[in-house]
Amino acid sequence: MEVFILGCLVPLGLGVFALLIRRSKAAPWIAAIGVWLGCGVAAVPVIQALAGNVPPSLQIAWNMPGGSLTFGLDGLSAFFCLPILLVSPLAALYGCQYLAHEKKPLGMVSFFYNALTASMLLLLAARNGLLFLVIWEVMAISSFFLVIFDDEHAHVRQAGWTYLVASHIGTGALLVLFALFGKQAGSLDFDLMAKTALSPTMAGILFVLAVIGFGTKAGFIPLHVWLPEAHPAAPSHVSALMSGVMIKTGIYGLLRILTMLGHPPAAWEVQLVIIGLVSGILGVAFALAQHDLKRLLAYHSVENIGIIALGIGAGLLGLAWDQPVLTVLGFGGGILHVLNHAVFKSLLFLGAGAVAHSTGTRDIDHLGGLIKSMRWTAVTFVIASAAISGLPPFNGFISEFLIYLAGFSGVRANAPGTVILAIAIGGGLALIGGLAAACFVKAFGVVFLGEPRSSHATGAEEVGAAMRWPMAVLAAACLGIGLLAPAAMKIVLPAVQVVRSVPVRAYEETPYGVTTNALATTATASLMGVVHISTALLLLGAGLYLVRRYLPRGSEETATGTWDCGYARPTARMQYTASSFAQPLTDLFRIFLGTRKHSADPEGFFPARATFETQTPDAAREHLFAPLFRLIDRVLSPVRRMQHGRIHEYLLYIAIVLVLLLIWKAGSR
Amino acid sequence: MTIISVLLILSCLWLLGSSRLHVAIRVVAIQGVLLGVLPLVRSMGDIGFGVGVLGLSTIISKAILLPWLMNTCLRLSGIRKEIEPFVGFGPSLLCGTALLGLAVWITDRLQLSQAQVPQVLLISSFFAILVGLFLMVTRRKAITQSLAYLVMENGVYGVGVSMSLDFPFIVELGILLDVFVGVFLMGNLLFHLDREFEHLDADKLTELSDLSKSTPVVVEAVEENA
Repeated sequence: MEVFILGCLVPLGLGVFALLIRRSKAAPWIAAIGVWLGCGVAAVPVIQALAGNVPPSLQIAWNMPGGSLTFGLDGLSAFFCLPILLVSPLAALYGCQYLAHEKKPLGMVSFFYNALTASMLLLLAARNGLLFLVIWEVMAISSFFLVIFDDEHAHVRQAGWTYLVASHIGTGALLVLFALFGKQAGSLDFDLMAKTALSPTMAGILFVLAVIGFGTKAGFIPLHVWLPEAHPAAPSHVSALMSGVMIKTGIYGLLRILTMLGHPPAAWEVQLVIIGLVSGILGVAFALAQHDLKRLLAYHSVENIGIIALGIGAGLLGLAWDQPVLTVLGFGGGILHVLNHAVFKSLLFLGAGAVAHSTGTRDIDHLGGLIKSMRWTAVTFVIASAAISGLPPFNGFISEFLIYLAGFSGVRANAPGTVILAIAIGGGLALIGGLAAACFVKAFGVVFLGEPRSSHATGAEEVGAAMRWPMAVLAAACLGIGLLAPAAMKIVLPAVQVVRSVPVRAYEETPYGVTTNALATTATASLMGVVHISTALLLLGAGLYLVRRYLPRGSEETATGTWDCGYARPTARMQYTASSFAQPLTDLFRIFLGTRKHSADPEGFFPARATFETQTPDAAREHLFAPLFRLIDRVLSPVRRMQHGRIHEYLLYIAIVLVLLLIWKAGSR
Repeated sequence: MTIISVLLILSCLWLLGSSRLHVAIRVVAIQGVLLGVLPLVRSMGDIGFGVGVLGLSTIISKAILLPWLMNTCLRLSGIRKEIEPFVGFGPSLLCGTALLGLAVWITDRLQLSQAQVPQVLLISSFFAILVGLFLMVTRRKAITQSLAYLVMENGVYGVGVSMSLDFPFIVELGILLDVFVGVFLMGNLLFHLDREFEHLDADKLTELSDLSKSTPVVVEAVEENA
C-alpha cells in the first residue's frame, strides 16, 4: 500500500517542480515524467491486487474529527486504477507536444494534470468518507483549472463556470450523503459504514443522494450538462483524461456506496436501468445533432455512461432476484465497459485533438478528406469508432456483449420481476449501439473521407510522433482487449466480487448453487466463441486487404472525380454535411432534441444567396437548469439587500447572532 | 474588586453617553488602568512574576500606547471631534441599561464549574462586551469602531481574569498583541481612508461596493461628498 501512495506522490512532487519552472519549455515534459514514474510505481500493487494479492490497508494518524487517513486497495479499486494507469501517461506524453506551440507558461497546466492523476488514484484507495470528499474536491478543482486553460476565451470561462457549479451540486449531494450515512454508522470509515444496518427508507435516501452526487460526475442525464461544455473547452489530452477516466470515478463511487447499502430493493435497479436507457439513447441522439467534434464525443461519454449504468442495473437486478448469472454478467459487463470506454474514448479525444491541432477547427462541416493527409490519426480514429459502436473484434463489443448476455439470462431467468427490465436492457442497448454506429459513420465519414470542405482541411498535416504513438498504443489496446476477452473477464472478476460480496443473502442457498468462478467459466466460454469469430474476421479483413493491395499490380493507378450525375462544376461543398447525414435520425428524435433551424431558402430562378444552419442546445440546460437557476435567483435576490457594503449592518448581524447564541445557550440550561 | 467592576460598568455607561471623542478615548484609557490593576487585586496580594508582567503590560498597552495612537490618529486626520451616533446618546444609555440587564441574566444563567468566580466582575465584563458590540454598530466614525473594538476586548480580558488567574498569561499577552496589531491596522486604514475619501465615516464605505451602484444610499453619500 505504501508503494501505491508513493506512486501517487511522485507525479505530485514533479508537478510542483514543473510549477516552479513554469515558464520553461521543459515543464510539461518533467511533469509527464512524473506521471510515467508514478503510474509505473503504482501499477505494481494494482496488478498484485488484481492477481488476488490484496495489500493490507494502511492507516495513518490524522488529526481531523471524523476523518482518518485510511487507504486500501481491493479488486474494485484496483480495476478502476487500470484506466488511469493506462490513459494518464499516454495523454501526458501527447499533451507535451499538443501544447508545445502555446505561448503561455505551461507549468500550471502540467501541475494540475499531475494533481488530477494523483487525486484520482488516491480517491480510489480512500477508505474514509471525509478523506474521500477531500480528495474528490481536489480532483474537481484541479480538473476545473485544466478546463479553463484557454481562459482568454469567454466561452471557455463560461464552460469552466458550468463545470464548477455542476461539480459542486454533486459534491453537495455527497456531503449530505456522507453526513447522513456517518450519523447512522457512527463513523466515516468505510469498513464500519459497510457493517451498519440501515432502514429501507434511509438506504433509499442514501441511494438517491449517491445517484445525484456521483451521477453528476459521471454524467447521467439530466445531470450531464457540464460534459458538452467542459470537454470541448479543455485541451484535448485533458478531455481525454477527464472523459475517459475522471467521469468513471462517479461510477466507482456509486459502486462503492452500493457495497455499503446492503441488499438492493427492486426500485433501485429500475431507477438505474431507466437512467441508463435515457442517458444512452438521448446521449447518442444529441451526439448525432452536433457539429463540434469534441462536443459530439462528449455526448458519447454520456451515452457510454448510460451503457455502464445499464450493466450495473442488470447486476442489481440479479442481486434483487437472486440470479447469480445476471449479477455477474451485468456487473462484469458494466465494469469492463469502464475500462473499454476509457481506452476508446480517450483515443477518440486524442484523435479529435490531433485534427483540431492540425487544422485549427473542430467544426466537422469544415473538415473532410483528412485520411489522405493524416493517415495515423485516421486509422486509429476508425478503430476507436468501431470500438465505441460496439463492433467486433474490438473491446467495446466485449463489454456490450456481456450486458446483452445479462439481458438474455434475465429474460430466461424465470423470475417475475426481471423479464421486462431485461428486455428493456437488451433492446435499449441494441438501439444505442445502432445509433452510435450511425453517429460515428457520420463523424468519421465527414471528417476523414471525401474532399476537404475548407482551407482548414486542405492544409492539414500529420501530427508529431509524441502525439501519434499514444494514439497507436490505445488503438492496440482496443484490439488487444477485444482479442484477449477471456483474460479481461478474469481481471474484472475481483471487482465484481467486491460489489456482490456484501449483500446479505448467500448465493449458496439459491437453487442454482453456482459460485462466481463457475459463472465466470460460463462467461469465458461464450467469450472464447467471440474471440474465435473475431480472429476469423481479422484474418478475413487482412486477406481482403492483401488481395486489394496485390491483385491490381501492374495496372495503372488513376485519380478521377466522383460521378456527379453530369453536373459540370461540382465543388467540395456539395458533399454530404454532418447535418444532412444525420437529419433523418435527428428528425426522429426532434421532440427531445429541440433543434433550431435557421434557413434562408433559395428563391427565384437564379438564386444568389441561401443559408441553412442548425443549432441543438442542450435540452436539460435549456429547459431544466436555466429555469431552475432563474427561479432560485428570483427567490433569493431579496437576500442581496443584506449584502450592501455597510459595515455597521454587518457588525449588527454579527452582534445579533452572538447575543442570540448567548441567550439560547444560557437559556437552555 | 467590586469597586473595579462597578467602575468598569460606569465607564461603559459613560462611553455610551459621551459625545466627545477625546473623552471617549480617555475613558477607554481609564478602563485599561482598571483592567491592569485587576489581576493584581484578584491574586490577593500574592503577586507573582507572571501576574505582575500581565498587569503592567496591560496598563502600558491599553492605557498608554493605544490611546496615544488614537489621539495621534485623531489629530493627524483632522476630523471633527464629535462622535456621530446613529442612535442618540439618551436612547444609547437606555439600551445600555437593557444590556446591563442582559449581562446580569446571562451571568446568572451560567453555571460555572469553579466556585470562586466573582459574579460582579463577570457581569461587568459581559456588559463591556455587549457595549462594545453596541458601540460598533451604532457609531458612525471608523475611529469609534476601533474604540468599540477595544472596549469589547476589555470585556473579554475581564472574563478571562475573572475565570482564572492561572490562565496562562502568555495567552493573554498574545491577545494583547492581537489587539495592538488590530488597532494599529485600523489606524493605518483610517489614514488612507481619510486621504482617499476626506472623511472617516464607515457608513460611506458603500462607495467601495460595486454591488449597489444604483441604490439611493450611494447617491446620497456621493451628493454629501460633492
